[in-house]
Amino acid sequence: MFGLNKKDASLLLIVAGLVAFAPFLLNPFPEGSAMAQFNAGYPDLMQRFVIFGIFAIGFNILFGLTGYLSFGHAAFLGVGSYAAVWMFKLLSMNVLPAIVLAVITAGAFALIIGYVSLRRSGIYFSILTLAFAQMSFALAYSVLTPITGGETGLQLALDDPRILESASASEGNIPVPGLFGLEMRDSFEMVMGSWVFTFNFGYYFCAVIMLIAFYLSIRIFRSPFGMMLRAIKSNQQRLNYTGVNPRPYTLAAFVISGMYAGLAGGLMASMDPLAGAERMFWTASGEVVLMTILGGVGTLIGPVLGAGMIKYMENIISKINSDILHGWFAFLPDGLEDLVVTMIYPFIGKGWHLTLGIVFMLVVIFLPGGLVEGGQKLANLFGRKKADNPKSASTEPAE
Amino acid sequence: MDAIILQILNGLDKGSAYALIALGLTLIFGTLGVVNFAHGALFMIGAFCAVTLSRLLSLSHEVAIPGQVDFLGNPATRDVPYVFDIFGEALGSSIIDWAVPLSILFAIPIMILVGVIMERGLIKHFYKRPHADQILVTFGLAIVLQEIIKYYYGANPIPTPAPEAFTGSFDFGALIGFEPNTIIYPYWRLVYFAFAAIIIGAVFAFLQFTTFGMVVRAGMADRETVGLLGINIDKRFTIMFGLAAAVAGLAGVMYTPINSPNYHMGMDFLVLSFVVVVVGGMGSLPGAVLAGFLLGILESFASMREVIDIIPGINQVIIYLVAIVILLTRPRGLMGRKGVMED
Repeated sequence: MFGLNKKDASLLLIVAGLVAFAPFLLNPFPEGSAMAQFNAGYPDLMQRFVIFGIFAIGFNILFGLTGYLSFGHAAFLGVGSYAAVWMFKLLSMNVLPAIVLAVITAGAFALIIGYVSLRRSGIYFSILTLAFAQMSFALAYSVLTPITGGETGLQLALDDPRILESASASEGNIPVPGLFGLEMRDSFEMVMGSWVFTFNFGYYFCAVIMLIAFYLSIRIFRSPFGMMLRAIKSNQQRLNYTGVNPRPYTLAAFVISGMYAGLAGGLMASMDPLAGAERMFWTASGEVVLMTILGGVGTLIGPVLGAGMIKYMENIISKINSDILHGWFAFLPDGLEDLVVTMIYPFIGKGWHLTLGIVFMLVVIFLPGGLVEGGQKLANLFGRKKADNPKSASTEPAE
Repeated sequence: MDAIILQILNGLDKGSAYALIALGLTLIFGTLGVVNFAHGALFMIGAFCAVTLSRLLSLSHEVAIPGQVDFLGNPATRDVPYVFDIFGEALGSSIIDWAVPLSILFAIPIMILVGVIMERGLIKHFYKRPHADQILVTFGLAIVLQEIIKYYYGANPIPTPAPEAFTGSFDFGALIGFEPNTIIYPYWRLVYFAFAAIIIGAVFAFLQFTTFGMVVRAGMADRETVGLLGINIDKRFTIMFGLAAAVAGLAGVMYTPINSPNYHMGMDFLVLSFVVVVVGGMGSLPGAVLAGFLLGILESFASMREVIDIIPGINQVIIYLVAIVILLTRPRGLMGRKGVMED
């Protein structure tokens, strides 16, 4: 199907199914129950799942295939966001031109940075990309304020030109991004007994784009080009000796992954039309590294899993507070309850970064292949054949 | 002329901090071959050692003031630090005043301990793994350490003043024959620079003139041979890791009066220190120190009003710009050795 072999096609179908039914799957607990706070099926969070999924898929094309660890990938996401918001300001609130421009701008930006950074490899490459990203951040924050909005960020305003739809702007409300009349925030709520499922147009729009991006990444992984990138990762010197110049390939991978980041940035701006410099800060670049590693670097599905997990943790764990904890452990004797709550408290709420850091360290130490490798090990443990596990079907050896 | 001297002086304190952190990073990299992204966190832990000690010293209990009552008729009380009880009021108050310099003594054992635990407990297992894995695991560790500090000390910066004697500024210009009041420089920054110079000198002397240092240098050049000669080089490298942690920690302790410590100060410095190390040349100790001071001074020149007027925003990006230019023109950095980290 679509030029994929059977395993990949079934993987794509499984992902498509999961994404399509996400509003059901992520809302397993009835509304109003004690577990309802673990529901992740609200539009805002689901959008973030797929958008960061795209970002991580793109990062994985660079890091997973070529082994070049970029510590400045968030710069492309930021550039994409700015480009998209400018398109909303100048042209129209239709998301298509915004996203196209976001991808093109991020790609051009990646071409320049990649051309310079890829002259070096290893840690030098990481530092160079980091330096470029920090420079972009510093400039966006200070000197480029007319373009980027500086500290407040780039926002829509009533008096923006919007040359394609100047008539509709006269209503007095700032218009919202949409696709040919359908607004991104349009939602449809389905009530089934005590369950409430929200179907959001913006989410499904992002989801379709994510599936396309995922499909493209499978094709890249399986193509001769992908093979060449893997050869660069395993032994660049030998590749040189056989007379192949690896630079064009790494540069192409860098630009493609920058365009993925720009796409994610454009989508982010389409869901919520503002862009700020903090999206380019190096911690944001670190986050996508965390996602990719956590899920499983060099695997197809890993980055998506990692992005989903980190965003889920960020939103759900950070919402738990000590009252909720007390509620959970109320069955314990008083002193013990307090002790347990005190022990868990640093890891929840505002401390979710601590949990993230610990989980991440454990993954790097014990599971260098990420969640995907964990899934495989579990599958082997229970004696099932490898091919039965959809996760293992996608795995490539990381080396 | 006086403006130039002022900028050089202004660059010295930041440059000292860069140089100290970069020195520790290079020590770790040169001995153990590990890229330590948690080094900034060690700098931060050092700063919080100073915060902790100054809090410990000002722990106090209430004492009734004889013959006075407050407006409710209860005996009036005042807080008396425990230090006063032990050392008397005069000595006690000067101990509290000198909390930051005293923290040096407090921080050295703690930092060495933290460093040794880190090396034995975590980093030991990563020698054989690729550099990317080392970067990632130490990055994770940095997040964890930072969040622990944030949990116990809160997210806001904690002001930790320098001793009373060093709080003011002095007229450096008059001292070297310029017009008075042209070059005003805070005492503490000079102290910081002198302190950094002493530490850097001590580290170099230690490596150059002691048997231990000789063995470590030999191990840096060829670890395997030194091991084959029957020397326990791993143990010495562990101690070097502790030492590097102590250098970073001391840099943090003394930096507290310049910048109130907060939980993310380590990360802020780490990014720049890595740039410094790469500019100086991976694995070169003099390179790290030189690049640290150089970039600190360059940064201070770039923040001059005259320069910003010509090239706006240059003060924000100068360090990165220099790093990019140097990496592209001199791939090994300023003083990088051949064969280090060239993959």
